[in-house]
Amino acid sequence: MNGLSSGVFLVSSSLKVVAAFSVLIVAVAYATLAERRLSAWIQDRMGPNRVGPFGLLQPIADGIKNVLKEETLPGSASKLFFVLGPMLSIIPALVTFAVIPFAAPLPTPWGTIPMIVADVPVGILYVLALSSLSVYGLVLGGWASNNKYAFLGGLRASAQMVSYEVALGLSLVAILMLAGNVTLTEVIFRQQHLQMWFVFPLSLAFVLFVISAFAETNRLPFDMPEAESELITGYHTEYSSMKFSMFFIAEYAHLITASALMATLFLGGWDVPFWSGDDAFYRDGQWIMGFDAGGAPVLADPAWWKSLLTFAMFALKTGFFVLVFIWVRWTLPRFRYDQVMQLGWKVMLPAALAYLMLIGGAILVLDEIGLAFGPAYGLALTAVSLVATGIFVFWLDRGRIIGGASRPARRAPPPKAPDSRPAGEARLPAASGAGALTP
Amino acid sequence: MSDVLFYMFAALALGGAMGVVAGRNPVASLLSMVLSLGSTSVIFVLLEAHFLAAVQVIVYAGAIMVLFLFVIMLLNLGHDYRPDLRVTLWLIAPVAAAGALFGILSRGLRAAGAPAGTDSPVDAAVEEYGAIGAIARPLYTEWVVPFEITGILLLVAIVGALALAKKRV
Repeated sequence: MNGLSSGVFLVSSSLKVVAAFSVLIVAVAYATLAERRLSAWIQDRMGPNRVGPFGLLQPIADGIKNVLKEETLPGSASKLFFVLGPMLSIIPALVTFAVIPFAAPLPTPWGTIPMIVADVPVGILYVLALSSLSVYGLVLGGWASNNKYAFLGGLRASAQMVSYEVALGLSLVAILMLAGNVTLTEVIFRQQHLQMWFVFPLSLAFVLFVISAFAETNRLPFDMPEAESELITGYHTEYSSMKFSMFFIAEYAHLITASALMATLFLGGWDVPFWSGDDAFYRDGQWIMGFDAGGAPVLADPAWWKSLLTFAMFALKTGFFVLVFIWVRWTLPRFRYDQVMQLGWKVMLPAALAYLMLIGGAILVLDEIGLAFGPAYGLALTAVSLVATGIFVFWLDRGRIIGGASRPARRAPPPKAPDSRPAGEARLPAASGAGALTP
Repeated sequence: MSDVLFYMFAALALGGAMGVVAGRNPVASLLSMVLSLGSTSVIFVLLEAHFLAAVQVIVYAGAIMVLFLFVIMLLNLGHDYRPDLRVTLWLIAPVAAAGALFGILSRGLRAAGAPAGTDSPVDAAVEEYGAIGAIARPLYTEWVVPFEITGILLLVAIVGALALAKKRV
């Protein structure tokens, strides 16, 4: 309990639960508004701008509308699972946030309170466990609706989640090797200690994690379970009013949690860059800031304004990733289902395994030559990762975009008759990158 | 407090296990099993075995059960197995087996008696290496050969399953 008396622990924890939950729900509401406004901006439309100034009250109007709408229950649906589906979907999405530290510790007259709802000893594993459970809501909702489109959406959701969980877990292992522990507080402290965010020394893990996170949150280009042009709206086709809304809230809560997780694991969480005054980590009964030259701990100096500043940093980084999620959704088209599976099993999994071996070897070599854990250590790993990321990107690209734009325009080959290839494959060369599109 | 939680989740785990065998609908059985596995992992947490709890949820509830669900849905299992259950032997045998297992377990538990003391070597290891290190250290030092052999065994099973399932195309 970090040196707090049990009464203070109980009260502060309850307050943190209420605060984190309220902030998350409000953030979800405004993420939906941000998505609608940004998509409108990208598509040169106006977007919702009538309710309140700049449409800022739109989420409230949406909420009221959803509560007042008619609840439908398909006659042939199995009622228990139909109701259970949205619940199983929203609970994991909301409780995952509990293990993410959102600010530097706050000093109070009753002790220094860590700004994390639950600092469980298994940190990242808890996140993985809940993210693996979140698929049940989608699958059950799709199955219980007794609708073939919803059912196909549910099937796709289960296959996709299982596939990308593997790459997600393996890209996390690289972080665990560098952080030496699984609690997210320690991951942040090690980034402060390294004086470098993990996105640099572990750049390929970051790329793999972001791709897997898109797949796990079912966002475009991986929204196979919904795929509104193929499956109506997939697993939630038969849902209306608040039950539909619960799926919707779950999706955006998932999005925000994934963004917060990326910020924490790769961008230093609440850490303010180029300044070590905010660093604080609970170790052996005291809050420490780091270690001096002799290896003795330096005590941290928590202050309320540091908590506030670090919370702003955390919100900024999370907001950045939320924007990236929205930006990607309105920029890229959807994958075909077989492409999703191919990317998951034939690209992400081998790449993650190879990178794991590489980073493990690099860390072993650095430790053997006795380099201290600090900026030099981070730069050496950055160089190794940069090469790996470069190779990965060029291999994935296969000369289509990076090399393609500089090459002279290729004419599409004259159609051969009879074409023995299947239709989907025959279209590929014409659409392969900028080179073919330049007149 | 933790006693109350233990009995609550033990009851849930048992109820879930009963639901697995008593359920008529394969999906309901599967969800009962997830409930049972989840409750067991809560009991692991009460025993301070956080790593086991997390792995139980990740591996069993989150991966294997999702695959089961996938297969049940893909094959669209209905009630085709019902005629098999009408045979009296199929009703008596499981009950007898469960009763025998219960007898053996309760006898073993009575023989073992109450656990002595709380200062076990496990607590010291958790104190020193953290919840994960306490399991990882013996696994990768003392027991590394059995651990790797188990991994190879699983690999063989996967290759075997592929070889059996693969059709000539």
